[in-house]
Amino acid sequence: MTYWQDIWDRWQFLWDDRGDGVTYWQWMFSAWGYTVAVAAVSLVVALAIGCLVGTLRTVSQHRVVSALATGWVELFRNIPVLVQLFLWFFVISEIVPGMRGVPSFVLACCALGFFTSARIAEQVRAGIQALPRGQRQAALAMGFTQLQAYRYVILPQTFRIIIPPLTSEAMNIVKNSSVAFAVSIPELISFAMQTQEETSRGIEVYLAATVLYIITALAISWFMSILEKRARVPGLSSQGQGAH
Amino acid sequence: MPALDFSFYTWANISTYLLSGLYFSVSLTIAATIGGIALGTVIALMRLSGIKPLEYAALWYVNLLRSIPLVMVILWFFLLMPSAFYNLFPGDIGQKYRAEICALITFIIFEAAFFSEIVRAGIQSLPRGQTFAGQALGMTYAQNMRYIVLPQAMRNMLPVFLTQTIVLFQDTSLVYAIGAYDILKGFEIMGNTFGRRVETYIMAAVVYFIISFALSMLVKRLNEKIRILR
Amino acid sequence: MIEMKNVSKWYGATQVLNDCSLNIDKGEVVVVCGPSGSGKSTLIKTINALEPVQKGEIWVDGVAVHDRATNLPKLRSRVGMVFQHFELFPHLTVTDNLTIAQMKVLGRGQDEAKQRGLKMLERVGLTAHKDKFPGQLSGGQQQRVAIARALSMDPIVMLFDEPTSALDPEMVGEVLDVMVGLAAEGMTMMVVTHEMGFARKVSNRVIFMDVGGHILEDTSKDEFFGNIEARQPRTREFLNKILPH
Ligand SMILES: Nc1ncnc2c1ncn2[C@@H]1O[C@H](COP(=O)(O)OP(=O)(O)OP(=O)(O)O)[C@@H](O)[C@H]1O
Ligand SMILES: [Mg+2]
Repeated sequence: MTYWQDIWDRWQFLWDDRGDGVTYWQWMFSAWGYTVAVAAVSLVVALAIGCLVGTLRTVSQHRVVSALATGWVELFRNIPVLVQLFLWFFVISEIVPGMRGVPSFVLACCALGFFTSARIAEQVRAGIQALPRGQRQAALAMGFTQLQAYRYVILPQTFRIIIPPLTSEAMNIVKNSSVAFAVSIPELISFAMQTQEETSRGIEVYLAATVLYIITALAISWFMSILEKRARVPGLSSQGQGAH
Repeated sequence: MPALDFSFYTWANISTYLLSGLYFSVSLTIAATIGGIALGTVIALMRLSGIKPLEYAALWYVNLLRSIPLVMVILWFFLLMPSAFYNLFPGDIGQKYRAEICALITFIIFEAAFFSEIVRAGIQSLPRGQTFAGQALGMTYAQNMRYIVLPQAMRNMLPVFLTQTIVLFQDTSLVYAIGAYDILKGFEIMGNTFGRRVETYIMAAVVYFIISFALSMLVKRLNEKIRILR
Repeated sequence: MIEMKNVSKWYGATQVLNDCSLNIDKGEVVVVCGPSGSGKSTLIKTINALEPVQKGEIWVDGVAVHDRATNLPKLRSRVGMVFQHFELFPHLTVTDNLTIAQMKVLGRGQDEAKQRGLKMLERVGLTAHKDKFPGQLSGGQQQRVAIARALSMDPIVMLFDEPTSALDPEMVGEVLDVMVGLAAEGMTMMVVTHEMGFARKVSNRVIFMDVGGHILEDTSKDEFFGNIEARQPRTREFLNKILPH
């Protein structure tokens, strides 16, 4: 009896006021909201840029374009995400005119989004190159322009192939959003670190944050498996290859 | 826009502020790679052992660590590592380098989850015939793994290991969360000392980029070599 | 209809087409054969500029294919092509495979495209499969859909690159039947194939290519099969290998 009472007591801090009318309980959920929001916005940025850059890397006619795309990938995947975050907050916002007033949420999403865009670009490129060469030729042979061939034939198939790696990128972006604590975005890690300092309830606080991360990861994998099922084409193996 | 000034990066300042940090970042990377591969192999073997409790333990280990951020794991270990543990080290080393020791242990345990998945994929990608051939020669499971399967799998996995090492090297910057003295910390202290934050992060990015990019070129060369050998 | 003048092509230092010239009139059926690697696929793909050439001229219905200023998508939309590996779009249903280029390239409305596509599907005898995906069809069925897809663009000429060589033997006939029907209707066709039965039955001319991208023979069907003694040694060697004795 006293054992359960004891455990119950240890979680009481959640209903305490942290000093400004906000309880730790409310703070925790707003922190979770920040984690999800940073991750979601960054993912949109990363997908948009990643698809574009990855596609451009496969356009062999334009040497300059594909070299630029390659440069983008190498630049953004060879610098740690934390350092990239600092670059956005303390370098780009300092020395690029007009960047000074940009909200920190936006800067964090740029940092995470650009970092992840390099990884998604690689997956898009690999996905496109995994398609049989004849698909592009068949599309062109029917009179599609390059752009139409990508739009109607190549990219829809690529998208289906790369759902599994995209799932892990989506999970990665949630995990990587944790670095935002270093620039005082009030997400889960910030919450955990500050609350454990203020309440000395480290284990409980970390446990709560960890569980929220796990729930987020499970939600993503559930969502992506639904997406994968809906995108599945009858008669086609999940590898996306046709009959040969 | 303030003018950039990199003149404070003199050799004397670099060796004062940066070298020990760089040394720690690199040692942490190497130690975590070796330790992670060793522990990861054990976990992969557990996962493939066919013994249910071992299989589930390995599965949980991997899935748990892969679904939480490394920063969170670092914080957990820093919180839970008993003080007595640090006292095991001679003199005051344990207390003085708490964060660094904690980081090392965390990284080995965390990276093992990722390396074990690589090892598992490597073992499973070997043709089944190799295992059968070993068994046909009368080898035990352990002998088969030790002499037939692992040596082949490891050779195939070398480039993937190296790629993971590049990721690991970049991840070492996250020891920032517990204030361990790595290269990034070195840059930061130096930047604060000279009041030059902009140049600090530019140089930090350049150093990380050069090391990671050089390693990734190495992996590329290695991959091409391996392709030729096959 | 198709005219090729002194066409040469290189991949780096290796020459894959060597001074090739040929002429195909409206309504003609020309079969191209030759050993593997002789450049047959490359030759046929130069006609709709899927393979660019470094030297020579290619004219299709008065349009200069070799000219950089030519609107290639427009030209290609009038030239039907059938591939060895079918190359249906696996993420689209059979009907969508038939209509997508009609709508996006020719600008036809959905109803018109569908009507035209289904009519072509009917003529290859696959109406029942209109809602399936390519992966759910046999190889022979896929190739027939691919032919219907090309036909639904109302091409002025049809190019076939080994249309039956990826098929199981029992499916070769169904595809050849469709092609024989097309020839009978007067379609201009260029066909890379080793099906000498088809060549004998419907072709007007046979072109033989040899390694290095040379056109070694370009003669009427009757001369090609009827007067084997007059053929080049390389041609005889090739025919000996593939003709039943
Ligand atoms: N992308 C390429 N790069 C370099 N060489 C190529 C390329 N594509 C084809 N070749 C070479 O060009 C030559 C002609 O190839 P092509 O595919 O036209 O031959 P083919 O007569 O169609 O052979 P097959 O009967 O095997 O289809 C071959 O020697 C081939 O190796
Ligand atoms: Mg060919």
